[in-house]
Amino acid sequence: MSDLIQLIDTNTRTKVSEYPAFKSGDTVNVHVRIREGNKERIQQFQGVVLQRKNPGTAGETFTVRKISSGIGVHRIFPIASPNIDKIEVLRRGKVRRARLNYLKGLQGKAARIKEKL
Amino acid sequence: MSGIIGKKIGMTSIYDENGRNIACTLLEAGPCIVTQVRNEETDGYKAVQLSFEERKEKNTPNALIGHFKKAATTPKKHVVEFRDFRMEFEGGVKIGQEIKLEDVFIVGDYLDAIGISKGKGFQGVVKRHGFGGVGQATHGQHNRLRAPGSIGGASYPARVFKGLRMAGQTGNRRAKVVNLRVLQIIPEKNLLVVSGSVPGAINSTIILEK
Repeated sequence: MSDLIQLIDTNTRTKVSEYPAFKSGDTVNVHVRIREGNKERIQQFQGVVLQRKNPGTAGETFTVRKISSGIGVHRIFPIASPNIDKIEVLRRGKVRRARLNYLKGLQGKAARIKEKL
Repeated sequence: MSGIIGKKIGMTSIYDENGRNIACTLLEAGPCIVTQVRNEETDGYKAVQLSFEERKEKNTPNALIGHFKKAATTPKKHVVEFRDFRMEFEGGVKIGQEIKLEDVFIVGDYLDAIGISKGKGFQGVVKRHGFGGVGQATHGQHNRLRAPGSIGGASYPARVFKGLRMAGQTGNRRAKVVNLRVLQIIPEKNLLVVSGSVPGAINSTIILEK
């Protein structure tokens, strides 16, 4: 990648270094800014990180899975987005792969992830 | 029309003040040297000729070396004329003057980008002109799913009209994209960030017009 692209990407990703390091298998709580008319509020989205895509670039995203009233929900966040207020890591998971697509069909006991100590 | 010559660096994305992700193209534009100023008395029209990117003297024809010497500069690869060049310099633009990116564009401007589009080779009508193809795989369609269909009547007009869209060379021709917004300018790196995409491959020359 060209130095100049990296320069612009670093400027875009300034906030990313403030977030704690996390990877797939971790349980995170993402605080998202939501604008409704003139009002702004914070919404939280808590779940397991399934994957991080395009790391190191301005277009990096991460996918969070949570079970919302019995239904599995995936949400993809652009990590450099100014709409992300903060990211909290609640639990470090011990997983053996970078992309946890196998979780998609599982629920309950089968969908557990061991904690990394 | 003002403008500058640049080089395509590549694409990335940035966020605007509303938190929206915008695809953008990075261009290294200028500095350009004015190699000729055309005026109404001698040339019949007003224009400014700009040159961009160093070129080895041994690869430059003698006629061009003389042309660049007149402007007291080194040989350049690209020479482009801009009609009615508007710029707020005292006494107008002079030969040999250096034109920088920030002299021509400010953030928020809209510009047109001209380049040579990526060559796609000899392509059929579906890719080249957006034809729909046959649309059915059954009912006797054996191997003509992407065929153009009829190209005209047999008994009248009994010929094929000129300019009828057919298969042929696609891309590798001059292409212009209009109304790209200037998102950022970084003068010390001669770096220009515009919204959207620009024709051509990475490192290809792009003419930017305002």
